[in-house]
Amino acid sequence: MDEIQKNLLEQVAGLHEIPAGAYNIRANGASIERNTTANIDIVTKPDKQGIDILIRPGTKKESVHIPVILSQSGLTEMVYNDFHIGDDCDVTIIAGCGIHNSGDSESRHDGIHTFYVGQNSHVKYVEKHYGSGDGKGERIMNPKTVVELGPNSFMEMETVQIRGVDSTVRSTAATLEEGAKLVITERLMTHGSQYAESSFRVDLNGADSSANLISRAVAKDDSKQLFLAVINGNQRCAGHSECDAIIMDRAKISAVPEITANHLDAALIHEAAIGKIAGEQITKLMTLGLTEAEAEAQIVNGFLK
Amino acid sequence: MLELQNLSFQVSDEDAESRENFKEIIKDINLTLHDHTFTAITGPNGGGKSTLAKLIMGIERPTSGRIVWNGTDITEMSITERANLGISFAFQQPVRFKGIKVKDLITLSAGTDKKLSAGEACEYLSKVGLCARDYINRDVDASLSGGELKRIEIATIIARNTPLSVFDEPEAGIDLWSFNNLIKVFEELHETSSNSLVIISHQERILNIADEIVVIANGSVKARGTKAEILPELLEGTGSCKFYQ
Ligand SMILES: Nc1ncnc2c1ncn2[C@@H]1O[C@H](COP(=O)(O)OP(=O)(O)O)[C@@H](O)[C@H]1O
Ligand SMILES: [Mg+2]
Repeated sequence: MDEIQKNLLEQVAGLHEIPAGAYNIRANGASIERNTTANIDIVTKPDKQGIDILIRPGTKKESVHIPVILSQSGLTEMVYNDFHIGDDCDVTIIAGCGIHNSGDSESRHDGIHTFYVGQNSHVKYVEKHYGSGDGKGERIMNPKTVVELGPNSFMEMETVQIRGVDSTVRSTAATLEEGAKLVITERLMTHGSQYAESSFRVDLNGADSSANLISRAVAKDDSKQLFLAVINGNQRCAGHSECDAIIMDRAKISAVPEITANHLDAALIHEAAIGKIAGEQITKLMTLGLTEAEAEAQIVNGFLK
Repeated sequence: MLELQNLSFQVSDEDAESRENFKEIIKDINLTLHDHTFTAITGPNGGGKSTLAKLIMGIERPTSGRIVWNGTDITEMSITERANLGISFAFQQPVRFKGIKVKDLITLSAGTDKKLSAGEACEYLSKVGLCARDYINRDVDASLSGGELKRIEIATIIARNTPLSVFDEPEAGIDLWSFNNLIKVFEELHETSSNSLVIISHQERILNIADEIVVIANGSVKARGTKAEILPELLEGTGSCKFYQ
């Protein structure tokens, strides 16, 4: 791996070296390194790009890293990764995609991650997106996440994209069985003339299932963002979505919530707030000795933390 | 030493039916605050106390007059420049932030060059009666009560430890037990350092520990003196008090 690839790997997976546990590192369209454990198997798909990650029932405190890096300008790929997580597991999955494009043609990674989560399992899923390189070619990522949560399972999903991705259309669809719980936290920052779209569709099908979608977004310069959140309450359930956004410069943000209660005991809430940084917040930090620009940076960093 | 010279502040007031379309909130105030003094500013609501504090910090700019700090004219200086010259201000209504932790705010207050230890940050919180462990990692956001926020605000100003600190009604929303402690904190700040304190307050107990009391009403200094001179008249009751007319 060269320095550019190492940097991408560090940005998206926090990795300085080979991770512990199971992993699969994909670079420029091919798996370059892989490790499996007694409980976690990783198998290349025979018919298309991608892998199956098979996690045995009862696997606890293990992790899987599956970073993807693209440093070859002009490469576009479509990858399918399926996670089969058995019952009674407690695992952390770290995915992420870094694109370095120093050329003039577009580099693109489209990925579909599908999670089948067994009953009583707890999955923490972290996904970071990062772009670098000063070529004119765009860096594009279109991640699709499909989640099927079995009875009483719990998935926490954290997605972060704060630098360098020119265009992203992210879609997440989840179905929840009884007692299942889903918490999604999204952090998104766009700058320059970037475009980002994030759409969620959550079907609360099981009794006592619950979902919480929390999006924090900052749009700078001339960038544009669209946030779409659809929650359907089909049983006694609780759903909450929240879009909190800071708008700066000439940026534009739209938030489109849709909550549908198909059951009398479905309790659904949507909150959305878009606005510029409150002047009094900047004033307060200036009274502590920060310049206006430093105050602004502090507020944005805190907001996206 | 802080000198306010012929300080006035007007705002345009389009809604008003008066013939003049501006409102004079601070009217030709002259006031000198010497080093190592504890000044209490009091007076009726709407009298202009908070506005005066904001003029000192640079949050509002005067329509006319000058502000001189240790011989330097700071009238045109930004908030940041004044902060770096050693002026601090605890807001009457502290600001909330999503994603900034109590620890972050105290660290920023103590100064970026100084690496604040967790223990030191906790000490500032203990001073204002907050159990540090419960608060240090909390966000300074809507989850804090008004009283908690107010005490954190005071802790940030103590952490700054600057030559001049202006507190705007620090007692508001603070329970009695903490208030007793707060009085001790102000007394201690005054005794153990050469910094100056200005506290805007309606509390007799704060007025009692100040070296000097300044009464501001209708945008002007109505009276100024020691507590022996000012307190008896203030305490006669608002009905007969000449300052509150
Ligand atoms: N920027 C402003 N625009 C209009 N009116 C203001 C402004 N700032 C203060 N005021 C008015 O000036 C008066 C004094 O306010 P303030 O300084 O907050 O008084 P105090 O702190 O003594 O209660 C009030 O009537 C207030 O509404
Ligand atoms: Mg006031």
